[in-house]
Amino acid sequence: MATIRVAESGVPVELFSIVPVKRSHSVCAQGGINAAKNLKGEGDSTWIHFDDTVYGGDFLANQPIVKGMCEAAPAIIDLLDRMGVMFNRTPEGLLDFRRFGGTLYHRTAFAGATTGQQLLYALDEQVRRFESEDKVKKYENWSFLSAVLDEGGIGRGICAMNLKTMEIGTFPADAVIFCTGGIGAIFYYSTNSVVCTGSAQSALLQQGAHYANGEFIQVHPTAIPGEDKCRLMSESARGEGGRVWVPKQPGDKRRGKDIPEGERFYFLEEWYPKYGNLVPRDVATRAIHKIVFEMKMGLAGDQPAVYLDVSHIPADVLDRKLEGILEIYEKFVGVDPRKEPMKVFPAMHYTMGGLWVDNEHQATNLAGIYAAGECEYQYHGANRLGANSLLSCIYGGMVAGPAAVRYARDLENGYESVSSRVYEDERVRQQDKNDALLNQQGGAENPMTIWRELGQLMTAHVTVTRVNSDLKKTLGQLDTLQDRYKRISLADRTQWSNQTLNFVRELGNMLVLAKVITLGALERNESRGAHWKPEFPNRDDQNWLKTTKASYKCGTIKLEHEQVDISLIPPRERKYTAKA
Amino acid sequence: MSETFIVRVKRQQRPDEAVRWEEFELRHRPHMNVIQCLRDIAERPVTRDGRETTPVSYEANCLEEVCGACAMIINGQPRQACSALVDSLAQPIRLEPLTKFPLVRDLQVDRTKMFNDLKRTKCWIPIDGTYDLGEGPRMAPSLQEVGYPLARCITCGNCLEVCPKVNSHTQFVGAAIINQVRLFNLHPTGAMHASERLDALMDPGGIQDCDNAQNCVKVCPKGIPLTESLAAMNGQVVWHAIKSWFAGR
Repeated sequence: MATIRVAESGVPVELFSIVPVKRSHSVCAQGGINAAKNLKGEGDSTWIHFDDTVYGGDFLANQPIVKGMCEAAPAIIDLLDRMGVMFNRTPEGLLDFRRFGGTLYHRTAFAGATTGQQLLYALDEQVRRFESEDKVKKYENWSFLSAVLDEGGIGRGICAMNLKTMEIGTFPADAVIFCTGGIGAIFYYSTNSVVCTGSAQSALLQQGAHYANGEFIQVHPTAIPGEDKCRLMSESARGEGGRVWVPKQPGDKRRGKDIPEGERFYFLEEWYPKYGNLVPRDVATRAIHKIVFEMKMGLAGDQPAVYLDVSHIPADVLDRKLEGILEIYEKFVGVDPRKEPMKVFPAMHYTMGGLWVDNEHQATNLAGIYAAGECEYQYHGANRLGANSLLSCIYGGMVAGPAAVRYARDLENGYESVSSRVYEDERVRQQDKNDALLNQQGGAENPMTIWRELGQLMTAHVTVTRVNSDLKKTLGQLDTLQDRYKRISLADRTQWSNQTLNFVRELGNMLVLAKVITLGALERNESRGAHWKPEFPNRDDQNWLKTTKASYKCGTIKLEHEQVDISLIPPRERKYTAKA
Repeated sequence: MSETFIVRVKRQQRPDEAVRWEEFELRHRPHMNVIQCLRDIAERPVTRDGRETTPVSYEANCLEEVCGACAMIINGQPRQACSALVDSLAQPIRLEPLTKFPLVRDLQVDRTKMFNDLKRTKCWIPIDGTYDLGEGPRMAPSLQEVGYPLARCITCGNCLEVCPKVNSHTQFVGAAIINQVRLFNLHPTGAMHASERLDALMDPGGIQDCDNAQNCVKVCPKGIPLTESLAAMNGQVVWHAIKSWFAGR
């Protein structure tokens, strides 16, 4: 969306993407996109959407910009509809809406269960149109290495690597917008795509950008566990009536479909009567962990799991509204979820934290550098509501694009005034890093092994339950992994489509960001949203109603804290246990 | 099931270098897919006969068959590596790159042609701008139910791989692109500009190159009714040609 807004204003755009744009991770967003269009006669409003978002995020988000997003949402849906997104329809031909977690309203527009794919395609098509008019130039299969900063620390473009030829180039620009997505690869076992490494964010952090609220990691309650990836089973399954349960009798060996209704424990419905299966994700995830680990009521079998059941919903409704995800379950597990309950377990899904940006322009603290989408921090506080991510990334792009254009137009001296030395120095610096990795000898470490161990470490200690002693140990182990990283020996030293080289560069950045996340979690002695510390079970507004802001200098991470703007909705206790 | 199994990979370091086959012996685990095989090889890039080699180059991203990246030929069939489960494949498992696209390295090919063809055929809705112009056109649910399945194309290229008319002698755009034209022509706003897309489909490499082999529909991982789309577009192009002829164009 940022690209479209900039191109639309007549400013030329160079669009860099590590994969062909159409294959980006947004294709994995399934359930929908929120907008309080109030088409179901429920009295929904953008204010209630705003309140649900702030409350769902446990009051950690700066409120004015969240309000702006919720107010813009209905027009964003209309725009996407005009772009041709095949949203599901009502009999009257209007957009259909379904319910999602953390709200009592039908507020989520959807295109089957592949909404992210459909939205990404619509935006990609608009970009292709600008491309055909020579207003956008695409560089696909390029990997971002670093920003080019001039002597005054002002962003003047980027340095990137062509993943086919491995050539490193610099690209001057007056402003750069980062839309580099999530960081799931740091946890290895996540619902994210392969390219979601957070490498770009980490590289910027190491160049002086601030990174905010890194410790807030969303673990989605319902995913299919997998060794290569945990495949998401969208919240929309519950939005359409799906129910989460376990057998009342622990260790019950019968197949799920053979267990009679009276012998099932619908724990979310019992514990949270008003929201039922649609409590926010952090709440549902903790409930599942409690069932499995504390109450020992998880499903029989090798892997921890609970049932997500849609088999009571008529098959034609499922096919019309959820086909995309049911197909994934069927293909990867080999069981038809129309007939049998699905086995699911929580998995790392999203980072609420990201590059720090100001509250108006999506601008990072580095002049000329902007960020939008999952790679920045500002819309979701301590926990994101389902179907708010597609909204926040589009809204962020709509703000960042024009803001970057304004900045570039107001610049007294554009990139033309910057000495070519600045660009050449950065290129050489990055080329030297490549050469050093390619020539690194004598070690026997393998990057895939380090990656898996990093993921196991982070998944075990820095996801659902955080314990200070474990976090301290984790930091030590991350140091060890960083030492081992220096002894990596590349199994591929060629200069043509060397995927190992690019991955090793990303892995180095992942290790740095892992420390930011862990350190943030260690310092924050309270429980808020997705950050749960049994030693400190309550939210502590007195000390911790604050944004964590990380900076990096000479290998050391420093954390500062910033007040949260709570000028619109006074914080109140977050509690989903109320009666229906 | 034995504890290990064999994967044979067709390797080519660069487009201009010689092809070779390498065999790997991998440890079997439940629910393993071809992606996991390639990751195992990257973690220990040693062939079955003990020779050190490089990790295999391949494209992959979402790993849930919705991004289109990891299409390759697996046991002779073009399909997505992520949804190819080891337990459902005959062994040894043979991995080869798609053949209808320029090779980059190993299992990695360059499918830029497909994205360029989407440009050539103007596969987008020409909106007036991103400013707030109110709601989009109303659409009957029945029309959405036709359109949505067409819109799920992941540009994997499997349908081009099996098409006899996609080869080095033709510029044929293939079923995926023609299906996209159908999608945009059935949208209420897109239909206003249908003739531009039909003109493009009448150019060299357009729909007239299709000789109805019907292989495409069999390999589509998303079950898109590609032959229906080809028939529908054939009809539209014929009418468009007749109308253009009467209009003296």
